[in-house]
Amino acid sequence: MSGLAASPLALAPMDLIVPTDRGLYCPAGDFHVDPWRPVDRALITHAHSDHARAGSDLYICHRDTAPVLRRRLGDVTIETVDYGAKLARDGVEVSFHPAGHVLGSAQIRLVHRGKVWVAAGDYKLENDGVAAAFEPQRCDVFITESTFGLPIYHWRAQAENYAAIDAWWRDNAAAGRASVLYAYALGKAQRVIAHVDASIGPIVCHGAVEPINALTRQAGIVLPPTRLVGEIQHKRGFAGALIVAPPSAAASPWLNRFGDYSDALASGWMQVRGNRRRRGLDRGFALSDHADWPGLLAAIEATGAERVLATHGAVGPLTQYLREKGLDADVLPTTYGEEEADDTSPPEGEA
Amino acid sequence: MKAFSDLYRRLDSATSIRAKQAALTEAFAAAKGDPTQWASAAWMVYFLAGGKPRQTVPTRLLWRLAVEGTGLPEWLCEECYSNVGDLAETLSLLLPEGSAGEEVSLDRWMRERLLPLAALDEEERRQRLKRWVEELPVDQRLAFFKLITGELRVGVSRLQVVKALAEVAGVDESHMAQRMIGYARARRAPSADDFEALVGEVAHTEAEALDAGRPYPFYLAQSWQGPVETMQTTLGPPSDWIVEWKFDGIRAQLLKRGDDWRLWSRGEELISESYPDLEPLARALPSGVALDGELVVLVPPEDYSGDSLDGLAPFASLQQRLGRKVVSDRTMRELPAGFVAYDLLEIEGRDIRGEPQHQRRVRLEGLVEETLGAVRARGDRLPLRISPTVSAEDWTGLAVIRDQARALGREGLMLKAREGAYGVGRRKGDDRSKVWWKWKLDPMSVDAVLIYAQRGHGRRSGVYSDYTFALWSAEEGAPDRELVPFAKAYSGLSDAEMGEMDAIIRRTTVETFGPVRRVKPTQVFELGFEGVAKSNRHRSGVAVRFPRMLRWRRDKPVAEADTLDAVRALLPARAEV
Repeated sequence: MSGLAASPLALAPMDLIVPTDRGLYCPAGDFHVDPWRPVDRALITHAHSDHARAGSDLYICHRDTAPVLRRRLGDVTIETVDYGAKLARDGVEVSFHPAGHVLGSAQIRLVHRGKVWVAAGDYKLENDGVAAAFEPQRCDVFITESTFGLPIYHWRAQAENYAAIDAWWRDNAAAGRASVLYAYALGKAQRVIAHVDASIGPIVCHGAVEPINALTRQAGIVLPPTRLVGEIQHKRGFAGALIVAPPSAAASPWLNRFGDYSDALASGWMQVRGNRRRRGLDRGFALSDHADWPGLLAAIEATGAERVLATHGAVGPLTQYLREKGLDADVLPTTYGEEEADDTSPPEGEA
Repeated sequence: MKAFSDLYRRLDSATSIRAKQAALTEAFAAAKGDPTQWASAAWMVYFLAGGKPRQTVPTRLLWRLAVEGTGLPEWLCEECYSNVGDLAETLSLLLPEGSAGEEVSLDRWMRERLLPLAALDEEERRQRLKRWVEELPVDQRLAFFKLITGELRVGVSRLQVVKALAEVAGVDESHMAQRMIGYARARRAPSADDFEALVGEVAHTEAEALDAGRPYPFYLAQSWQGPVETMQTTLGPPSDWIVEWKFDGIRAQLLKRGDDWRLWSRGEELISESYPDLEPLARALPSGVALDGELVVLVPPEDYSGDSLDGLAPFASLQQRLGRKVVSDRTMRELPAGFVAYDLLEIEGRDIRGEPQHQRRVRLEGLVEETLGAVRARGDRLPLRISPTVSAEDWTGLAVIRDQARALGREGLMLKAREGAYGVGRRKGDDRSKVWWKWKLDPMSVDAVLIYAQRGHGRRSGVYSDYTFALWSAEEGAPDRELVPFAKAYSGLSDAEMGEMDAIIRRTTVETFGPVRRVKPTQVFELGFEGVAKSNRHRSGVAVRFPRMLRWRRDKPVAEADTLDAVRALLPARAEV
């Protein structure tokens, strides 16, 4: 059982969710949400490694998250739920609702003694056709991410990004070059694969991406055909191909097999030039699975919440801005957002 | 404006120097072929070469534009700025999109819109800016704000601009460098004629004039790494050598031909315009002279009389003058440039590089004495010094002299064969007796603690190989003792060690911000460096030159790493300058 660590924030004793050294904890229901250390019962919003960590006795998550969780954490005990279904945990009503972030991602809604809390995990408002579309939940307290909680982050419509990726791929293909696109293995990769113009050339995936493609197809999502990099024997087989790899593959010897290539990263961080330049990438596409600034504000507004707690990202600016707008907003310290890229490292033995 | 904006974005996304070069060359070539583009191309070259027009919009007004245009609180705009690190980019990301209006050429933007702003009151300027931003296509906004802030920050050097123009014009690079003289002068408004003159062919008369401004290829020294004991057998007696100090400045050639003078750096970059304080010296030299020497900052004391090196400032002072395209009177007063001459390559218009070193030295001494004598008679002084020679009976004696270099703010000694000619480039191997040797001091070193790591580039790409090191703020046991970052280094480890470190860094990461990992302090390295200077920009209060890893101190616990005092103790006594 997790000890309740002294919190730096004086949260009221009635709070449905409190921060502890193991993660966000619900004392009334005796469970954690996305804990960063092992606990008895872990409710998981989505399968990215900063939200779903190893070592807990029982994991409770959406049906489509379970296969990814198993793949990443091994043979763990998982209870699955569908969106909207209500579970009872020691008098706390729990339900999962689409967060639009990645396949199986959920906002976790808790009701206890008439108060509604929603822990949104990571989310975005735009429907990407792979993750179930975000559904706003009315609540009293909204626990939000703030990865891109600054007004410089406002995304262009996703269709523009897909068109830009297609144009880049097409130019490279015409020049006989491979196009290496870095995208998080779970979520961004499938989203890109689902929306690029597959008639431009073959789509070839890194060993960390291809298994997630298979799980995505099993969940009923249609993706164009993809192949594993290792199946292609000759360099010339990559000319004109779109190669989808996790960001950790950037600047690694793994790329040597592709001959002449251009590389690009699909990530919200690419909105700022310095981020792309520091990485030495040819291109950056500001395509994100997180809400941008207008998205965060719209999501918060739609909940009708009087109190907003921000867990990770640019939490300072967002909460101060909300306070100036008259909301009760504060920071809820977590370890989320760290090393999101590393959940895409290939498991051993794969390339 | 579209051409400039497109070029800007292409340069910005180019990841190699070659790609940048290609982008510049193509843009200039396209402009050359279309006279209607010349005026705008003239501005393009101006900005890329570092030219700055009069500031037409104060930064304060840009902030007002941001706050009013977005309806956001000012602190939030500032927060955004600190995240982006570039005002022009912050503005282009923050301001709401408008509807694109007609294309306005860069030349018209400058002449008809931006430059006239200076004469208007703030309110009128604000309204015009607001309207223009609304009419500007979104993808041109960044380039537009760059024109206003004047900080292109697109990683293009003036030398690259010269190279691209030389290629487009089909002329020699050193010729193009001379054509560019004065081009990027502050507050100048270049015209179509200027661009035409840059990319046009070289007429015969111009060619002669340009040839007259060319430097000689620099003769480079080899590095003497061997022990003192072997010097007698390899190099012969010290009396075969002219021995001088190795100065810590910028190698340069000062040419005077006809009434014109040129200062070229070792990278064959023409830098005369950055050192106007050398003009009186150049005027005092006879025509047909080429001096080789060290560009330094020299602040002679009030009672200065002779030709001593008193007032030679450390490299950190010179560093403040490097890369400045606009030199203020204040800069010249506080950081005056000087020239320490150590070779004479041309006299009376005659190339004397083939003469033996000792003969050139005699001529050089004569020339310097004559030049300084003439102005001294008028009660004037010039920032010209001769590089003094030192001597000793044997190499051990010279080694003792060399050990004084650090205290004098110098790097070591130079050995020049008395009978040697002035060669071309760096000669390796073959003849060890008729060359130039640099005999540098061993680097200074401290034991420092690794605290941040970042992935490297090139051969080190992908592994955490770029490190930030810290020293203790106080001795062990002192209250509030902490690690203070003091230097970055990324060379000195073997590939195997780098791989090992990479794993350690991943394992001990405490936090990441952007590409940087903060690690738990567990590893100590012996860091070597060439010099120390005081610095207000570094929290440690010191800046070191050429820091590199000498040794991985696996044996040393973190608590036993050095303190900042260990580095401060290495500051030269005269670093106060």
